[in-house]
Amino acid sequence: MTQSHHLSAEGITLAYGERSVVEKLDIDIAPGRITAIVGANGCGKSTLLRALARLIVPKEGEVLLDGTSLQRQQSKEIARVLGLLPQRPIAPEGIAVADLVGRGRHPHQRMLARWSPRDYTAVADALAATGVSDLSERPVDELSGGQQQRVWIAMALAQETDILLLDEPTTFLDVAHQVEVLDLLTDLNRERGTTIVMVLHDLNLAARYADELVAIKEGRVHALGTPEQVITETLVSEVFGLDSLVIPDPLTDKPLVVPSGRHHVQQLR
Amino acid sequence: MAGRRARLRRRTLLTSGLALALLLVFVVSLMVGNTFYGLDKVVRVLLGETVPGASFTVGDLRLPRATLGLISGLCFGIAGVTFQTMLRNPLASPDIIGISSGASAAAVIAIVVFSLSETATSLVALVAALVTAALIYLLANRRGFAGMRLILIGIGVAAMLDSLVSYVLSRAATWDLQVAMQWLTGSINGATWARVAPVLIAAAVLVPVLLLHERYLGVLRLGDDSASALGVRVQRTRIVLIVSAVALLAFATAASGPIAFVAFMAGPIAARIVGPGASLALPSGLIGALLVLVADLAGQFAFDNRYPVGVITGVLGAPFLVYLLIRSNRSGGSI
Amino acid sequence: MSPTLPAALSPDVARLRRSTAVRLAWLGAGLAVLALLFVLSVAFGTRIVSVSDVISALGGDQDGIAQAAVVKRIPRTVLALLIGSALALSGATMQAVTRNPLADPGILGVSGGAALAVVTGIAFFGMSDPFLYIWVAIGGAAIAAAFVYTVGSLGRDGATPLKLALAGAAISATFASLVSAILLPRADVLTIFRFWQIGGVGGATWERIGIITPFLLAGAAICFFSARGMNMLALGDDLAAGLGENVLRARLIAAAGAVLLCGAATAIAGPIGFVGLVVPHLCRLLVGTDLRWLLPFSALVGAALLVAADVVGRVIARPQEIEVGIITAFIGAPFFIWIVRRQRVREL
Repeated sequence: MTQSHHLSAEGITLAYGERSVVEKLDIDIAPGRITAIVGANGCGKSTLLRALARLIVPKEGEVLLDGTSLQRQQSKEIARVLGLLPQRPIAPEGIAVADLVGRGRHPHQRMLARWSPRDYTAVADALAATGVSDLSERPVDELSGGQQQRVWIAMALAQETDILLLDEPTTFLDVAHQVEVLDLLTDLNRERGTTIVMVLHDLNLAARYADELVAIKEGRVHALGTPEQVITETLVSEVFGLDSLVIPDPLTDKPLVVPSGRHHVQQLR
Repeated sequence: MAGRRARLRRRTLLTSGLALALLLVFVVSLMVGNTFYGLDKVVRVLLGETVPGASFTVGDLRLPRATLGLISGLCFGIAGVTFQTMLRNPLASPDIIGISSGASAAAVIAIVVFSLSETATSLVALVAALVTAALIYLLANRRGFAGMRLILIGIGVAAMLDSLVSYVLSRAATWDLQVAMQWLTGSINGATWARVAPVLIAAAVLVPVLLLHERYLGVLRLGDDSASALGVRVQRTRIVLIVSAVALLAFATAASGPIAFVAFMAGPIAARIVGPGASLALPSGLIGALLVLVADLAGQFAFDNRYPVGVITGVLGAPFLVYLLIRSNRSGGSI
Repeated sequence: MSPTLPAALSPDVARLRRSTAVRLAWLGAGLAVLALLFVLSVAFGTRIVSVSDVISALGGDQDGIAQAAVVKRIPRTVLALLIGSALALSGATMQAVTRNPLADPGILGVSGGAALAVVTGIAFFGMSDPFLYIWVAIGGAAIAAAFVYTVGSLGRDGATPLKLALAGAAISATFASLVSAILLPRADVLTIFRFWQIGGVGGATWERIGIITPFLLAGAAICFFSARGMNMLALGDDLAAGLGENVLRARLIAAAGAVLLCGAATAIAGPIGFVGLVVPHLCRLLVGTDLRWLLPFSALVGAALLVAADVVGRVIARPQEIEVGIITAFIGAPFFIWIVRRQRVREL
C-alpha cells in the first residue's frame, strides 16, 4: 500500500450493444491524487468509471493497471489494489455494520481461510476512520443515508486498496452529509495516499475537493486539468449547455459556478 | 388530430370484425357435430320454429353449450384484461393470483366431500371466488393499495389452495375424482340453460358497468396521485372495477370451471390486434369468447380423443405465455 | 473462526467474536431439537410407542409390534430429514443467487419443471426406475430454473423479486396445464402421479434413500462451497465484481447446487412447497445473513421442520395420514404472505 499504483486507459471504446457510449478515450489517473469526473447526464462518466473498475470490457482499447491490461489480471488480484463503491450498493437485509465492513476483506482471504489478525485490525481501523465504530452492531438498513454511506466507505477501506473508485458517492445525500463524505475521502487521500477517482454530479463540490478534473462530453474527454484550468464559463457552457458566472469561492478560492437561467441573468459585464 | 381519428376508426373496424368472426364461429358450432345441420335449419331453430331432429340437437344441446362458451369467454376476457390493466402487469391474471384456485378448492370439496349437485357446486364455487378475492384484497391492503403486493399475496394464496385441491383429489373415490377433474379443467360439456342463466344475467349487468368505467382505467394507470389530480375518485373507481371483474370471473368460473388461460390470453391478444390503449375491454371479451368456442371445436373434432376446452386452452396458453413473458419483460411490463 | 488476538484490540473485534459464539449456540440448540424430533417421529404415529421400545428397537430387538413400527418409521424419518434439509438449502441458495426474499423451488417453478419431466418420462418413455426419475427430474428442474430466470430478468431492471415470482408462477401454471393435458387420457399414469404430486415421505425405503443420498450430498457440497461467493453476490453484482468475485461463475455454480438438491428431493418425495422459502427467513433472524452460517443452520432447521410436519401429519388425522406437502403449504403460505406484507413495496 505504500507503493502508488497507476491506473490508465488507452483508446477505449465502450458500448452497450450497438450504441457506443465512450469512443477512443485516453485517460491517465494521477496516482495519489483526487480526480473527479464530471459531465452532463448520459455523457458516459459512470460507464467510464465502470470500465476503469473492470466491470465492463472495452470494445476497443485497454484499461491498464501498472501497465498491464486489466483483462489479463485475476479479478481478485485487482481487487487488492482497486476498490469500487458503485452507485446503489445493496445491503443484505438485516446485516450488521461490522459484518458488512468485514465483507471488504474478501479479496485478501482465501477460500477456506479463517480470519487473520490482520483482517480484524483492518476492519477495526476502517470503522474507526469513518467514525462508525459505535454503530458496529446496528443493522445497516436502520441507519441514516449519511451513516450508510460512511459504512460503505468503511467497507471499501477495509479492502485496503491503493486506488478507490466511487460512482456518485454524494448524489443521494443532503448537503451536510455530502460535505462529510468528501471530507472523509480527503482525509483518506492525505493520510494514506489513496488515489481517489470519483464521478460527481455537483460541479462546485468537484471544484472544491478534486486535485484533477476530467470533463466528459459525449463519450470523449473534453477537458483535463486542475479545477482552475477546467472550470471556466466556456467549458460549463460547452459541456453542460448552461450559461454561468464563474467566480472564486470565498472560502477556498477554487472556481465557483453561479448558474444563470432565464430569470436570473447576469447584469454585469 | 387526424391521426387519432383514423386510429379510432381502425379500431372500431377491427372490433366489429371480431364481433363478426365471433358470430360466425357461434353459428358454426351450432351447425357442426355428430350430425351436420345446414345453416337454414339452424336459423329456423333460432327463430323459434320446431324442426324435427334439429330442434333438440341444436336447440337443447348445442345452443346452451355455445352460449355458455360465448358468455364465459366474454366474462373471462373482460375480467382478465381489467385485472391486467389495473395491476399494470400482463401476468397478473386472475388465474394466477388465486381467485380461480379458491373456486376450484371449494368446488372440489363440494364434489368429493359433500357430493353436491352441479348447481350447488356452482354456487359454492361462486361464493368461494368472491370470498377469496376479498381475502386477497384485504391482506394486500396495508397502508394503501399496492398492485405488486396483491399479486404476490395472490400467488401465495393460490399455492395454498392448490395444495388443498391436490389433497382432496388424492382422497377422492374414482367416480368423484373424474367429476372433480372434469370440473377443474374447465369444460362446457353438458351445458343446460340452468347453468347458463346465472352467468348470462351477471354478464348482462356487469359488462356494461365495466365498459362504462373503462375510461377511468387509463387514468388510473398514471398512478394514484396523478389520477386524483385529474379528478378521478380513485378508491371508488378501483373498488367498482375490482368487484365487477371478480364477480364476472366468479360467475363464469362457477358455470364452466376455470377454463385455463383465457382470462390471461385475451387482453394481450386484443392489444396486438386492436393496438394498445384504453378501450381493450370489449375486444378482449370478444377474443375470450372466440378462444373458448374455437378451442371447444378443436377439442371435440380435431383429435382422436375428445378433450374438454380447458385442456386445449391450457396447452395453447403455454407457448403463448412464454412469448408474452419475454416480450413484456423486454419492454418493461406493460400490455 | 477466531484465533488468539493481541491484547490491545478494539471493542468492535470483541463484538465480532461474540456473535460467533451466539451462532454456535443456536446451531447446538438446533441439533438438540432435531434429535428430539427424531425420537418423537419414531415414537408417534398410528400407534404410539414408548421411549423404551424405541431404544430397544434401535438396539436391534425387532420382535414386538412396537418395535416393528419403530423400524418402519426410521427410514421415513431419515428421508424426511434429508428432504427437509435439501429443500431448505436449495431455498436459501436460490434466495441468495437471485437476491430475492421470495425465492423457493416451488414458487420459481423449479419443482413444477421436475414434475413435468417426471410425468413425461412415465407417460411417454415408460420409466419406472426411481433412479431414472431423479436424473429426469433434475434435468426438468434445471431447464425450468434457467427458463424462469432468463425470462424474469429481461428488461431494464433485471430480475426483481416480483418479476421472478410472476415468471415462476406463470411458468408453473403452464407446466401444470401440460401435465393435465398429458394425464387426462392416461388413467394409469394419473394414478401414479396423483399420489406423487402431493409430496410425502410415506414411501420411504432404504433403497430409495440410498439412491438419493449421493445427489443430495453433491448438491449440498456445491452449495457450501459457494457460500462465500454468495455472500459477495448479496452486495450487488457490481460490488461483488469489485471485490474480485466472478459473478457469473459464482451464480451458475450455486444455482447448479440448488437445482440438484431440488430436483433430487422432488423426484423422490414429490413437490413439497414452502420449506425452501420459510426456513431461510427464520434462520436469518437467528444467525444473520452470512451464508457460511445460514446454510448449515437452514439445513438443520429444514430437517427439523419436515420431520415435525410429518409427525403432525401422522398424528392429526389418525388413523389416516396427511402428507407432509399439505402441512407445509398450510404453514408456509401464511408465512409467505406475512413476508410480503413486511416488505416495503419498492423492494418488490
